[in-house]
Amino acid sequence: MLVYLDNSATTRQYDRVTDEMKKVMDDFYGNPSSLHTLGLDAEKKIRGARKTIADSLGASEDEIIFTSCGTESDNTALYGIAHSKRREGNKIITSAVEHPAVLETCRSLEKEGFLVEYIGVDRECRLDTEALKNAIDDNTIMVSIMSVNNETGTIMPLQEISKLTENIVFHTDAVQGYGKVDLTNCGADMISLSAHKIHGPKGMGVLYVKKGIKLPPYILGGGQEKGYRSGTENVPGIVGFGTAARLAFDNFDERIKAMKNAREYLLAGIKDQIKDVLINSPADGAASVLNVSFLGTRGEVLLHTLEQDKIYVSTGSACSSNKKSRSQSHVLTAMGLNFKEIEGAIRFSFSEFNTIEEMDYVLDKLKTAVERFRRLGSFR
Amino acid sequence: MNEQNIFIVRCGEVALKGMNKPYFERMLVDRIKKNVKRFGDVDVRRHEGLIFVRADKSIDKDALLKEISKVFGVASISPAVEAESHLDAIGEEAVKYMLELIETKGIKTFKVEAKRADKNFPVKSPDIARIIGAKVLIGCKVLKVDVHNPDVHLFVDVRHDKSYIYQQKIAGFGGLPLGTNGKGMVLLSGGIDSPVAAWMMAKRGMVIEAVHFHSYPYTSPRAQEKVEDLARIIASYCGNFKMHVINLLPIQEQIVSNCPEEETTILVRRFMMRIAEKIAEKNRAMMLITGENLGQVASQTAESLVVTDNCVKMPVMRPLIAMDKVDIMDKAEEIGTYETSIQPYEDCCTVFLPKHPTTRPKLERIEESESKLDVEGLVAAAVASEEIVHIKA
Repeated sequence: MLVYLDNSATTRQYDRVTDEMKKVMDDFYGNPSSLHTLGLDAEKKIRGARKTIADSLGASEDEIIFTSCGTESDNTALYGIAHSKRREGNKIITSAVEHPAVLETCRSLEKEGFLVEYIGVDRECRLDTEALKNAIDDNTIMVSIMSVNNETGTIMPLQEISKLTENIVFHTDAVQGYGKVDLTNCGADMISLSAHKIHGPKGMGVLYVKKGIKLPPYILGGGQEKGYRSGTENVPGIVGFGTAARLAFDNFDERIKAMKNAREYLLAGIKDQIKDVLINSPADGAASVLNVSFLGTRGEVLLHTLEQDKIYVSTGSACSSNKKSRSQSHVLTAMGLNFKEIEGAIRFSFSEFNTIEEMDYVLDKLKTAVERFRRLGSFR
Repeated sequence: MNEQNIFIVRCGEVALKGMNKPYFERMLVDRIKKNVKRFGDVDVRRHEGLIFVRADKSIDKDALLKEISKVFGVASISPAVEAESHLDAIGEEAVKYMLELIETKGIKTFKVEAKRADKNFPVKSPDIARIIGAKVLIGCKVLKVDVHNPDVHLFVDVRHDKSYIYQQKIAGFGGLPLGTNGKGMVLLSGGIDSPVAAWMMAKRGMVIEAVHFHSYPYTSPRAQEKVEDLARIIASYCGNFKMHVINLLPIQEQIVSNCPEEETTILVRRFMMRIAEKIAEKNRAMMLITGENLGQVASQTAESLVVTDNCVKMPVMRPLIAMDKVDIMDKAEEIGTYETSIQPYEDCCTVFLPKHPTTRPKLERIEESESKLDVEGLVAAAVASEEIVHIKA
């Protein structure tokens, strides 16, 4: 049995997506900018995908910009707004638990002279909204808060934040939230999406930009995507994204239910059968993520042990004998977990394809792996 | 003439080897041929105590030079041009050679140094230098002679059939041609030291084979990838070789469960030596090679080395034993393994690192601890479980 529980890293592409993409590669190879019918046919394909994705956000088609990945969407949004609003203020507010695509861009903006405030979280990765409220001042030009945290599944209160940011640009990195939580009324001015987290192709992202928000282009050239993002369109990727979004939203409720069932079953089993665990995900988190610290173990060793039984998960830290280079999860650190708790952390992330039968198999192997490690230990 | 690039390759110690000289030179020619094979049509042959490499001008000269310089036993290399052994012909080539240097390097002064391997050549060396110098001065108006501090030393080597003109000698690594000194089994980890140790023994002509230990799932598969990367760098000097990969975890589990914590490291090392010895015997290697270095870590104190050494009969070569860490690091940089070695992946030595490892182990104590283990059985099982990776440069 192969059990894939690393769906927050990436997902297996839907077969329908692969089929559609192959058809586009074979038959719709025209450049959408070309004036002939081959170009027009390709353009029509893109329009279809754009509409599907716009609908899924409750947006209109001209608010959707296709990019090469979620990271590019984040970079475009943050750099774009920061640079265009430089005269109005120089403060940007984000959280301490953002994805590196946001955090590293903020750090780079700090070097340019912007002031960035990183809002903290509690033990369950919930945003300190009081601190956010207090941080917003006349100098603030942008707030960027993710919709769902990638390591814990904690859902951030986007609507609540949007009420605080009525005169400020509000961006959300919804790479983990898209297809998991409802974004149609989230109140964000800009939303970053990625195709490969919802069984679409890698190398495809979207940036939603609400009408009225002025964004300078990040990549210059032939003026594609209404000049926001030049470069010949990735037609198969865009069509793949559109198809994945259609499938994901047509079956939204069933998908969430399947993930939830698997997640709850695994969670109950872990609490029931394995001692000394710490549940790092909140009970009301997204159905897609479950983060657990198995105290007295090392996540990376558990990962490689489970991998021998074809169970694929993720860790909260990469282990390395060199303490200085030891890379620990900045999210779990911000949540106040200590080193030992972070070292034993495992992230299980679900898709609709996970079954109860798989969870039984995982529980069995997981129990053995944890017990073996605890018996054998490691001296550090 | 000179449609080809010519390299004069000088052998180092090979020249000292008396009766064996032709054998060593033949080995060296073979090794150079192997290293430059991928370039296609390259002619390598011995001639009057030197090795001449001739390659079509279309072949990248610098890349070729680099490959030749990697061959152990090469003392130095000079890119050269060839002329008929006649003063007019030599002078003509020398002028062409210098004109090119004026254009590319902007040289202003030179000095000619001549020798004649052909003692029947009618002009003596100092006179050759004088005559060629005069021809260069006439041919290249901008040049002046400077015998003390010239921009270019122009060497003229007059030989029986042909003569050679060159300026620089590029140093090789020296050493002896690979395959002239048996085979050794190196215990290759992902660290800085063991690749350098393997390289140093290979430089003395020893054929290398490797054994690598891991503790999967306690160590990452990426750690083994890194070792394979290191092995490939070593193979670029000493040819393709086999790497025997062993999972030590079953043995480590036994040790951790049955023996005192502070002895873990030394006990593990003794198992590594035993396993490596068995694999060496099976593969006709005559010695073991390790990157051990006196005093570097707890398992490398004098006492620890004695205890480690004691469990195998085969000689253990430790070429780094008396080197300082910085010198080992410099060497690793020089041979190109350093950057790969410092990638931070856990290796099997650090997985069960005791808090206070014993630094002065007593043999009797260690043997006492081992008596609780089925040493022979564990070693045999480990050897039987080996995976072989074929390392290709």
